Amino acid sequence: MVPGCGSISRNARGTPVTVSLLFEQTLNGLQFGVMLFLMAAGLTLVFGVMGLINLAHGSLYMAGAFACAGVAAATGSYWLGLVASLVAAAAAGAIIEVVVIRRLYDRDHLDQVLATFALILMFSEGTRWLFGSFPLYLDLPAALKGAVRLPGGIDYPRFRLALIAIGLALALALMWLINRTRLGMRIRAGEADREMIAALGVDITRLYTIVFALGAGLAGLAGALVGTVQSVQVGMGEPVLILAFVVVVIGGIGSIKGALLGAVLVGLTDTLGRFLLPQAFALFMDPSRATSIGSALASMSIYILMAMVLVWKPGGLYGGANGS
Amino acid sequence: MAEPVLQIRGLCKHFGALRASDNVDLDLMPGEIHALIGPNGAGKSTLIKQIAGEIAPDAGTIRLAGRDVTASGAVARARLGLARSFQVSSVAGEFTVLQNVMLAVAGRLRRTYRFLRPALADTKLTAPAREAIARVGLADREGMRAADLSHGERRTLEIAIALALKPKAFLLDEPMAGMGPEGARSLTHLLDGLRHEAPILLVEHDMDAVFALADRISVLVHGRIIASGTVAEIQADAVVRAAYLGEEDA
Amino acid sequence: MTRETALNALLGLGLLAVALTAHAAGWTFTVTLATKVAILALAGAGLNIALGFGGLVSFGHAAFFGIGGYAAGILASHAMFYEPLVTWPVEIEGTRAMPVIWLVAMAASGLAALAIGALSLRTRGVFFIMITLAFAQMIFYFAISWPAYGGEDGLSLGVRNTFAGLNTLDPLSFFAICYTLLMIVLGLTALLRCSAFGLALDGARQNAERLKSLGIDPTRVLLTAFCLSGMVTGLSGALYADLNRFVSPAMLSWQTSGEIMVFVILGGVGRLFGPLAGAALYIVLEHNLGGVSEHWQFLLGLLLLLVVLFARGGLIGLVAGERRHG
Repeated sequence: MVPGCGSISRNARGTPVTVSLLFEQTLNGLQFGVMLFLMAAGLTLVFGVMGLINLAHGSLYMAGAFACAGVAAATGSYWLGLVASLVAAAAAGAIIEVVVIRRLYDRDHLDQVLATFALILMFSEGTRWLFGSFPLYLDLPAALKGAVRLPGGIDYPRFRLALIAIGLALALALMWLINRTRLGMRIRAGEADREMIAALGVDITRLYTIVFALGAGLAGLAGALVGTVQSVQVGMGEPVLILAFVVVVIGGIGSIKGALLGAVLVGLTDTLGRFLLPQAFALFMDPSRATSIGSALASMSIYILMAMVLVWKPGGLYGGANGS
Repeated sequence: MAEPVLQIRGLCKHFGALRASDNVDLDLMPGEIHALIGPNGAGKSTLIKQIAGEIAPDAGTIRLAGRDVTASGAVARARLGLARSFQVSSVAGEFTVLQNVMLAVAGRLRRTYRFLRPALADTKLTAPAREAIARVGLADREGMRAADLSHGERRTLEIAIALALKPKAFLLDEPMAGMGPEGARSLTHLLDGLRHEAPILLVEHDMDAVFALADRISVLVHGRIIASGTVAEIQADAVVRAAYLGEEDA
Repeated sequence: MTRETALNALLGLGLLAVALTAHAAGWTFTVTLATKVAILALAGAGLNIALGFGGLVSFGHAAFFGIGGYAAGILASHAMFYEPLVTWPVEIEGTRAMPVIWLVAMAASGLAALAIGALSLRTRGVFFIMITLAFAQMIFYFAISWPAYGGEDGLSLGVRNTFAGLNTLDPLSFFAICYTLLMIVLGLTALLRCSAFGLALDGARQNAERLKSLGIDPTRVLLTAFCLSGMVTGLSGALYADLNRFVSPAMLSWQTSGEIMVFVILGGVGRLFGPLAGAALYIVLEHNLGGVSEHWQFLLGLLLLLVVLFARGGLIGLVAGERRHG
């Protein structure tokens, strides 16, 4: 099991580091990073606005992937599947917000962790019930198949380029939403001071449902996109959830900008670590040992990055307050 | 001349454009009660937090018992002998009165890292704690949960905790706040006796108590000490009357 | 005797009675289940020190459980193949002696808790939860990608490790070992809670600022508690490895962290015997609901959700009422 969502190429042993390979890996890291951002954005918003830690965010990611696989299989259209992933995850998010999550805003973090852990169990088992335990695979539409020749003569999968583009576009759209729109103003007000938005006459209950569903929709879309590269299966969400936590810790809670920076840092560190560390060790030990030590260390690299940020800036790179 | 127990020089703290502490000089001499008064928003809380070591000043020095503690944290200052009471009662509500005070004794005696001996059976902790509780007159409340005490009793518990630290200086943040006239009178009496143990820097809104207790008063307005002197001097000071006492009369 | 004390006695003696009865009746599997309850309760008892007494919501205790398990597995496998563990600067052999394994497991998990705790305690609240979860995941991935001790496939211990003159492969003997350790740890935990340190720890949970003003560093108190907590959970991990005679990265997974936390919560946070009540309930549910439906985890999730939303004191809270104190 490779922890990354979408970091394909564990490097072939002994492959020399060339500029074009490095470039390709950098693109992979970027793609991994923007997908992580889609996951982390919802988490950080929900925490920033509602003060809630949501472990079930990974389940929404999984729900999106399954919705995409189900709808794509039924209709034959991948695009409809993508739309379905967004809609289904947002709807699932809105439902669990109304039924469960809103009872947890005033509770302590322990209750939030437990209740959302319980939701993971229910989501995972429920999905296994409906879809079975076997992984599903998504077919790419013709328009996204094949590779693109990049400057420098690298053939890079078209779909992965599309992921980078979609991720970056959504990141920009989200920042525009937060910084330039009325809804965004309310969200920012909610992060600053919960009583204040009540005083402004904003319907907080509705705002919270919208924010939660928004985060859920992004997670669901990310699940569908990454599920297309890998596979769609129960349990796919939690490893990504934990990486998204690392992103949030690095970026600072409640900060969209921090989430983007953190996600790209984590994506690049993980992908390049897996690519470069074994090669670096191969310079002074035999290749098979270098591979095992290098990849073991690479699997720890993002956590070491997180530890360094904690020592340097305990609140995260963009964190104002210390998250309590 | 005696050394000041607490010596503050040139203390500055800004929050953006707001000058919460503006070049503050303050001394606390042995045996005295030095009252710090000022209108709301004058920067009293910010000053206390800097003295206690909870926030760091932008500039200036703080010396405690002759040592520069400007860079030390709250724990180190408490260990050097600064006993701070809190404005909003912040005793541990689930603890009994006795446990609250025992924790202070444990802190003073560095007996925190004892893992298997029941604290209540450790007379090195219980005896000094009971003594402090008796001195503030809470002996009959010893086994009660702090959260179940009356407001006045919780304020008195704060004093017992400070006493149990056997400090070199008391830093009392509005001990009278929310006390009824009866409670304020008995607390005034208690503080009066305390000054011989260690000097008190008393931040207080209750002017009756301040005028009854203080050997010296400093007046803080907009982060600056605008006047400092005896009770009579401050009462007579025209600037103080205009800036502060006048408001109370109005 | 309060209702909680009575319930504690009932739980403690009940587990013993179940094991003895099952042994007499020849139900070996039930003895093994009782052993599993004792071991998982011990894991929960470890977490309870950090979570229940110190208020530290650690979602990474699988790290200590797994490290304890791997300590047992690694020492035993070296002993099994007569390969020294370390050859330089001194030669250290593996061992099959449980007491040595326990000490090593506790030392290793304690050290890991010190490192993870020192970093995680730079923050509190929700950050703390995410960071403990992340570091546990790091160790999980490390175990998977480090090939020397089985990687993803895990590591077999062969036969069970040894303890003095007992036949540890006899289910009742092994139960007795685990049960005794659980009772010793619960006894020590009871003492800890009443000690000066317990007072400071509870104070750090209730009001860290106040603790500082008394000259007690709350971070150091919490870090100490976190280490003790990790050591106890590490010990239970070593026993769990011996129970299954197998360790795998699954012991280190986030689900394991969640389960250990569920034992503590189902039983009642901060209750001395809460982890035992929770672990027992969990195993009973697993084996009864598991018979009703293969999707019993769905029902477990639903139950947990209902407990969190409507029965916050856990099992002991339901029976014994208002939380103890004094």
